[in-house]
Amino acid sequence: MSQLMSGSKILLECLAREGVDTIFGYPGGVTIPFYDAMLDSPIQHVLVRHEQNAAFAAQGYVRSTGKVGVCCATSGPGATNLVTGLVDAMMDSIPIVAITGQVPTKLIGSDAFQEADTFGITRSATKHNYLVKNINELPAVIHEAFYIANSGRPGPVLVDITKDVFQGNAHYVPVTSIHLPGYKVYTEGHTGQIRRAAQMMLEAERPMVYAGGGVVLSNSSDELRELVELVDAPCVTTVMGLGALAADHPNFISMPGMHGSYAANMAMYGTDLIIALGVRFDDRVTGRLNSFAPHARVIHVDIDPAEIGKNRNADLPIVGDLKRVMPKLSAVLAELKPGIGERTGLKAWWKQVRAWMDEHPLRKPVTSPDEIKPQHLMAEIDRLTNGEAIVTSDVGQHQMWSAQLIRFNKPRLWINSGGLGSMGFGLPAALGAQYANPDKLVIAICGDGGFQMSLPELATLQNYGLNVKVIIMNNGYLGMVRQWQELFYANRLSQVTLDSFPDVEKLAGAYGFKGRTIEHPRDLRDALKEAFDTPGPYLLNVRVTPTENVFPMVPAGGAINEMVLAPPQPAMAR
Amino acid sequence: MQQIISLLLENKTGALMRVTGLLTARGYNIDSLTVARTLDPELSRMTIAVDVEPHQRRQLIKHMNKLINVLQATDLTDAPSVTREMLLMRVRSAQETRTAILKEAEIFGVRVVDSTLEGFALEATGDIEKLDEFIDIMRSYGEIEVTRGGAVAVSLESKKLRLSPPVPRGAEETRLEEKNGVI
Ligand SMILES: Cc1ncc(C[n+]2csc(CCOP(=O)(O)OP(=O)(O)O)c2C)c(N)n1
Ligand SMILES: [Mg+2]
Repeated sequence: MSQLMSGSKILLECLAREGVDTIFGYPGGVTIPFYDAMLDSPIQHVLVRHEQNAAFAAQGYVRSTGKVGVCCATSGPGATNLVTGLVDAMMDSIPIVAITGQVPTKLIGSDAFQEADTFGITRSATKHNYLVKNINELPAVIHEAFYIANSGRPGPVLVDITKDVFQGNAHYVPVTSIHLPGYKVYTEGHTGQIRRAAQMMLEAERPMVYAGGGVVLSNSSDELRELVELVDAPCVTTVMGLGALAADHPNFISMPGMHGSYAANMAMYGTDLIIALGVRFDDRVTGRLNSFAPHARVIHVDIDPAEIGKNRNADLPIVGDLKRVMPKLSAVLAELKPGIGERTGLKAWWKQVRAWMDEHPLRKPVTSPDEIKPQHLMAEIDRLTNGEAIVTSDVGQHQMWSAQLIRFNKPRLWINSGGLGSMGFGLPAALGAQYANPDKLVIAICGDGGFQMSLPELATLQNYGLNVKVIIMNNGYLGMVRQWQELFYANRLSQVTLDSFPDVEKLAGAYGFKGRTIEHPRDLRDALKEAFDTPGPYLLNVRVTPTENVFPMVPAGGAINEMVLAPPQPAMAR
Repeated sequence: MQQIISLLLENKTGALMRVTGLLTARGYNIDSLTVARTLDPELSRMTIAVDVEPHQRRQLIKHMNKLINVLQATDLTDAPSVTREMLLMRVRSAQETRTAILKEAEIFGVRVVDSTLEGFALEATGDIEKLDEFIDIMRSYGEIEVTRGGAVAVSLESKKLRLSPPVPRGAEETRLEEKNGVI
């Protein structure tokens, strides 16, 4: 039972069977037949203003919902514009399927108009990629792409489709099975290893849970909470894992690493057992590797065997899906725990950790009577959102202050470019997240630099009536670079001043919605409330202290217990 | 130190690029790479000789195993295995050294595949060091031109023995309904 259908229609049919409801994209010459067929399909298309933002918006969609996201671009420049968004998804293990058009098969290799070697260019930007030149292969390839993107360690998959495939006709036979002999996914975890791990957790005197993006990706926050409570260890989450354990959970001691909390880093230094769950011991977390957690044994659970032992040797590796492994660990923990008795070491450990938290709390108020401190801005956003809003960010100082100071009580609320650190991520990611969650408060916290990289998407917000609240933390600088120049290059500022920032009232007004600039602390709370309460998109430009620096800070390559906690006092001030 | 990696991979467009891309992305220079179809025409066997720091080796194998087109990557460097290479050589020889050259060829088990008034074309196989030695010796007889085939290796561990077809089919077919319930 088969039907003669165009390649474009077959593609849409396959997408529908994968449950796709939205494509973020931008059309062009070779994808016109696909866009033509889309007119008759129930699948929605969101026309972004740059292909990079199609990939970022698809990521916002994925990161806020857990569903696979789809983006689409034409051949040549369309495809090359996608690349940053793909690498970004690769680094943060975000499942997106990218569809690109390619010149007709018979023109491939002839430097045809808008031809680029998309398959070659995106080889290292994707988990896997395909070039489809034969219409009969299309259905299986699409289903393989979705399966690969969303299983094992998730990631982006690109399917490059020639124009003749879009235009050609074939008898469409629905695919019911796919064949990937080289693709292996280990989910269950080794039973013996799981038992040994649980034993180690209960025997440790100073255990600590180090949880990351893997917990969010595998939708296993509940399983994480159960495990943390059974072990009763302090828990840090990486910048990718914020919200995996509720910020308000008593065992949560914030984020570790370069701009992590004092308590988190000291605990990482002092622990005797790291329970690493869906993390990759990134250099931004570990600082200098040979002085990272020098007294600790390591239990490392990850679905990707290549992560285990990559940066830090694992004393007890478990390869598996956290969603499957953590409940098994908890079951063994619950079984063994009664036999363990009073854990006096653990009590002393908690006392120590609490002392560190009190010594240098991350969330202590920083305000000024006449300037808006960046920390003040984040604290107000935190107060008003109470751990419940979706917050996206760009990359830089504002990102670190957001991660430090805004609480996230659920996963999939905090959306940022963790691994690649792509400026311009915040606005398009918020666009995708808002599209997928029309009833949620979605805030994009942007730097004045990053905002200007994705500014054209303001049109998309207005176009689709997307309620994104864009908050620009405007320090007039490429702040994070300026901070490094100040601290490590004798304050010789080179190309970090951002003058000529536009008047946001006029800018937002030009697109048809409201914008406002504030610079006095007295206006902060009301301005945020107004932004959150006004229907439709809103652009709020908050002028903050230009030269504030993010602390604590572990200088690049430094040891994590040697944090710089506060700005060095200038000699004059004494 | 040189690492010998044996790969079983799908015989598909781009599969070779994925493997070499993994190596070049890490700045490794490939000493030799051979690839050809297996008894199952859908699969290829590849042998790579590459210089990798010892502590990176395991990591590299894991990354190769992660490639979707790779069924199995094995580090044969220290494993029970046989590594062989083939080379073709042209040697120019004067009349008076012809016999000596033929004698050397015999000692090394090298076959003469062509003979002209100017010299010989020779075909040699053996382990890599032996071929190096042969080249050194032949150099002493005069001008030579060498084309080396690159290392090919096979594991001698019995559990790694792969018959035809090397991988049972059907078992790992992934039913779509199992994975996401939409079909
Ligand atoms: C696409 C891109 N280019 C350059 C950088 C390097 N970079 C990291 S942070 C930063 C400054 C960002 O400035 P801004 O957006 O104003 O944020 P701030 O640090 O001031 O909060 C730069 C240039 C980057 N991360 N991404
Ligand atoms: Mg700035």
